[in-house]
Amino acid sequence: MGAEFVQFSLAPILIGVLASVACALPGNFLILRRQALIGDAISHVVLPGIVVAFLVTGTVAAFPMLMGAGMAALVAVVLIEAIRRLGGIEPGAAMGVVFTSLFAGGVLLLEQSDTSGVHLDVEHALMGNLETLIWLRAEGWGSLFDPVALAGLPPELPRMAVVAALIGCLTWVFWRPLKLSTFDEGFARAIGLPVSAISLGLVVTAAVAAVAAFDAVGSIIVIAMFICPPAAARLMTDSLSAQVWWSLGFAILSAILGYVLAGYGPIWLGFANSVSAAGMIATVSGVILGLACLVGPRRARVGVSAGA
Amino acid sequence: MAAFLDALTLQAGYNAALVAIGAALLGFAAGTAGTFLFLRKRALVSDAVAHATLPGVGIAFLVMVALGGEGRSLLGLLVGSAISAWVGLLLVDWIARRTRLAEDAAIGAVLSVFFGFGVVLLTVIQTLDRGRQAGLEDFLLGSTAGMLMQDAQIIAIGGALVVALIWMLRRPMTLVSFDAGYAATMGVDTRRIDLAMMALVMAVTVIGLKLVGLILIVALLIIPAVTARFWTNRVELVLWTAGAIGGLSGFVGAALSASAPDLPTGPIIVLIAAGFFALSLILAPARGVLAAGLAHRRFQARVHRRQGLLALVRGEPIHDPLTLRILRAEGVIRADGVATDKGRALAAKIARDERRWDVARRVHQDTSLTGRYDGLTPIEEVFTADQIADFDARLGPPQPVAG
Repeated sequence: MGAEFVQFSLAPILIGVLASVACALPGNFLILRRQALIGDAISHVVLPGIVVAFLVTGTVAAFPMLMGAGMAALVAVVLIEAIRRLGGIEPGAAMGVVFTSLFAGGVLLLEQSDTSGVHLDVEHALMGNLETLIWLRAEGWGSLFDPVALAGLPPELPRMAVVAALIGCLTWVFWRPLKLSTFDEGFARAIGLPVSAISLGLVVTAAVAAVAAFDAVGSIIVIAMFICPPAAARLMTDSLSAQVWWSLGFAILSAILGYVLAGYGPIWLGFANSVSAAGMIATVSGVILGLACLVGPRRARVGVSAGA
Repeated sequence: MAAFLDALTLQAGYNAALVAIGAALLGFAAGTAGTFLFLRKRALVSDAVAHATLPGVGIAFLVMVALGGEGRSLLGLLVGSAISAWVGLLLVDWIARRTRLAEDAAIGAVLSVFFGFGVVLLTVIQTLDRGRQAGLEDFLLGSTAGMLMQDAQIIAIGGALVVALIWMLRRPMTLVSFDAGYAATMGVDTRRIDLAMMALVMAVTVIGLKLVGLILIVALLIIPAVTARFWTNRVELVLWTAGAIGGLSGFVGAALSASAPDLPTGPIIVLIAAGFFALSLILAPARGVLAAGLAHRRFQARVHRRQGLLALVRGEPIHDPLTLRILRAEGVIRADGVATDKGRALAAKIARDERRWDVARRVHQDTSLTGRYDGLTPIEEVFTADQIADFDARLGPPQPVAG
């Protein structure tokens, strides 16, 4: 755990942890509202968003990409709602129509435009590049207190930290209205809460988390972290606050364990190369969910004994 | 344009023709298989199935390399993907039935975890020095560049089998889609039918991997069915319309992509299907946006006309511009707002209709008939002449209209 660890692994692990936390927080509410697949839809439409942003601005700078992705997520949410209402189609199918079409559009634009000079391709969008976010200027743990070295941190780290902190604050501030409108929408409306605004706000927050995390780690982690840690947490407890804490724990555990297994696991087994960290983090979160499904104390439906 | 027409008429070379025919067959099979999934309200299960194929592709490749092959046999990769997709499906089913998690969470969990694991396997394969691994990424988005006769045969035979099975199972699957409880009391094993439905979807996904890739095959399963649903309410018609839309999208899309460079087949096919969807959403006769808008306008006009005539009856002034416009256009009132002879006659008729309805609702016992009073329906459409004569007898003679 010396200088090499700080240089090559600390920043990616921190970014992975922050991305996981940022996605798992809104994921808790999406799961309870049966909107879990919104995260899936959003992470697919991020691709056309960044492609359009690239075509408009001609650069791969982070800010226009984030704007483009955010706009695309919003367009997708509006389209899904419009198709659902205008066509009278059930939400799942409406979602399927919208995100696949937008994704196809994104791939087509990508192929049509000349992006060969920049690092912009579908595989990168899906799998992320967590491993490349290294902290070259670090020389050891001491670099954490060295302003020159800190300036060389990958920009994804502070950005992800800000987004995670923002989402944490939002969850804390809006805890009561979120909880009420999630569990009893009718009651929440009766006491005057703006239920549809809360619902839209939640989806927008999820989109922000997805877009920021996507930029750093690719869309696999985003979908997995929206769903797996909160779902596993849901099987551990009946209390919402406990569920949120469990989900954070699971998200952090998946990120660290996944990164370590991807980076060092193959070496321990005698292979030379590491494997995809994003994929491994998703896999670990799935294993955690699988264990929760098998032995979680609150895994059964109400009224059905566990094990039945 | 000429290149596109050539491709449409299968004149653009052997490979392009092969791809176009294969895409049409795949689109037809996907459209029909997706219909029942959509009617069962489980459209996004296909998303989980599609993503769950990836680890199977990786494992099949590794196994084939370990056995000494070069790992590129399409059939072997497809068998592997089918097995892992089936495992994914069973997991979705198991999580949704055995735990408190809802089906959407189960779908999301399976698709992200399987896909993540698949990516891990792909990175493992990239580091191998054996086998020809280049091209496995093509399963993500599909690639028709190197399609062989053998690949087209697999798609054609697989697609035909899927359509034949759907034809055989269409009645129980319809029953289960619309009313699973009723189907169960009729002695249909709903769980087995559900699994058969999923198996068909899985089969389409697997044979579509090479052509459109695992992310976009979801579109071919969902979009044609949703599109067809706009045009008809009959299951069999939805089924074959969806198949036709899927097949047409596949054929035209493949032809278009063959006619110009940088037009990837999968996305083009999906976008053409999306175009059919958008047209149907707007233009479909009963459920389309345009038809709904027109129906709304007609209803609005009827309400305004009726209310305007009732105002004439009571001698009240009319201020609403839409009402005034409708009444003027019909020649019921003059430009200055005074009722014409025709207007007075119509108003008297409406007033009599309202009085008859008043009596009918007071004296008639059958609420299913009197319940049809909505302020718009003429009483002649609900009651017989005899009944109306009876109401009139209780009502007294007609009364003149004021103004």
